[in-house]
Amino acid sequence: MDSTRGSLLPEKAVGDPGSDTDDLDHARRRRHTFVWVGLLSLALLATVPVAVGLGPVGIQSGTVARIVGEHLFGLSGKSAMSESAETIVWLVRMPRVLLGVVVGAGLGVSGVALQALVRNPLADPHLLGVTSGASTGAAATILFGIGGAMGAAGLTGSAFAGGAVATVLLFVLARVSGRITSIRLLLAGVTIGYVLSAATSFLIFVSDTPDGARAVLFWLLGSLARAQWSSIGVVVVIVLASFVLLVLWARRFDALAVGDESARTLGVAPDRFRVLSLALVALCVGAVVAVAGGIGFVGLVVPHVARLCVGGAHRRVYPVAALIGAIFLVWADVFARVAFAPRELPLGIVTAVVGAPFLAVLVRRFYVATV
Amino acid sequence: MISARNVSFAYNEELVLDQVTVTAEQGRTVGLIGPNGSGKTTLLRTLYAALKPRAGQSEVDDVPVARLRPVELAKRIAVVAQEGTPELPLTVTDMVLLGRAPRRSMFQSYTKEDHRQAASALRRVGARDLAERSFSTLSGGEKQRVLIARALAQEANHLLLDEPTNHLDIRYQHEILTLVRSLSITTVVVLHDLNLAARYCDRLVLLDRGRVVSAGTPDEVLRPEVIEPVYRVSVQRLEEPDCIQLIFRPPSSGESTDAPEAS
Repeated sequence: MDSTRGSLLPEKAVGDPGSDTDDLDHARRRRHTFVWVGLLSLALLATVPVAVGLGPVGIQSGTVARIVGEHLFGLSGKSAMSESAETIVWLVRMPRVLLGVVVGAGLGVSGVALQALVRNPLADPHLLGVTSGASTGAAATILFGIGGAMGAAGLTGSAFAGGAVATVLLFVLARVSGRITSIRLLLAGVTIGYVLSAATSFLIFVSDTPDGARAVLFWLLGSLARAQWSSIGVVVVIVLASFVLLVLWARRFDALAVGDESARTLGVAPDRFRVLSLALVALCVGAVVAVAGGIGFVGLVVPHVARLCVGGAHRRVYPVAALIGAIFLVWADVFARVAFAPRELPLGIVTAVVGAPFLAVLVRRFYVATV
Repeated sequence: MISARNVSFAYNEELVLDQVTVTAEQGRTVGLIGPNGSGKTTLLRTLYAALKPRAGQSEVDDVPVARLRPVELAKRIAVVAQEGTPELPLTVTDMVLLGRAPRRSMFQSYTKEDHRQAASALRRVGARDLAERSFSTLSGGEKQRVLIARALAQEANHLLLDEPTNHLDIRYQHEILTLVRSLSITTVVVLHDLNLAARYCDRLVLLDRGRVVSAGTPDEVLRPEVIEPVYRVSVQRLEEPDCIQLIFRPPSSGESTDAPEAS
């Protein structure tokens, strides 16, 4: 392969910097990451007001800024704007866009974590069976009114409960004498996914209501339409906490992505860490899916894009994946609202249509050398 | 110093190591040799606490490895294990920096000093020019050198290697072992090739079916009467000026009438 090199163990490669000062371009590497995080943060900051303004009823960004400013800082400008604009901006679109930010970020970082945990670039958050469990819970509420007395919170609650049951099942199936290996995790996740999808289909079959079936289908494909200020608090806290922990554990994820044996010799107990981080990711995915349904492709594609920007080290990948996921999901939701207005397109359709070709290109361009 | 004292290990009911004792003195290179299934890798894994012995214990600098937390163990013992290539992209720099991870709490980033250490480790293995490459695109010999660089960046005073020359062409086999030999740290290396073991190890331990058959200098261990019954090949020993060389031949026709199911 590189038979051109002359002697055994060359003392110094050509153009090698002096040994005392060589720090592998430490400063440049840091700058590179800061630039990416900075640019993406600006893009996200710009996205939010623009996305709030867009919709079946267009509202100018200036108006959006004035309404938001009024609510956040009590800047009571001359309230010239119509009450309907204020309702649309503050009560409908703001929580919706913020939920998009949180859901996109949550799915993005969960995807990164899972791909490292199972050491497989095709893993995505739905692999865990958590989504299927949440779907079954949601279907039970939509079709049979289980927990429906609590209104919207009942639907979220039963979806979350369904996801939790699926997670417990996953641990029971995949954990043998305290260990969860990658392959067992994959197989158990797929198995649970199929069983719970069958359960959801069975519920639809038994209920025999076309409207109910349509409602379940819409839920399965994901939507941010149910966003309210009262409902996004919990998911914001869970996603934020997950993100912080994942960043703190970033080097352990690096080690685990290399291999269990390497992780062990680098000071990480692979079995314990996999169980712990899996529980965290399941919680994060469960919270996201409970409010937004089974939005596909974000958790699969975003990690690859993030690695393309800043490389594979998780300290850098997590923040970038969170930002890209957030921006992507907010824009996907804008499209879902506007494209067939006044009807809303299920979000999962938009993410799949945009995500699939993107993934195809990525796979062809960047994984050729390694296969 | 790193040692296994009377270590026994079994997978389920099958005894893989039977009261094995091996010691690598400070700064020495000890080679573990033996046929397939003789327990070499299992023994190595008990040394870094990846496996818990059924009886006996492994010690590093007189501390039982089972009593050390993973991070403490990683500061004392660096390992180059046999492992598949990761599917997720990591650059060589990221890979070598991982050797510094045991020294940083989760609230710290890698420091400038960590980067210097990684650069110096890469230079020592002659792989500084690979720093920006993706690890998974390297050739076998380059990967081994990078993994050894990671071990060096770990600044542990013990190095364990599991068949580091596997799948490498002859030039790289010698290059890797010359490199390992030039390090002044205590080393235990599993080797298949007895001629490489003869050239690069201070001491050899010959294992067969989980027991130590012979231990000593290459001169003491690599004798036809010791090796022939273990490997069941005929061995001719040549005394070269710088090293012992062994030549192997299929067992002569008289011996091949032995029952083949002796194992």
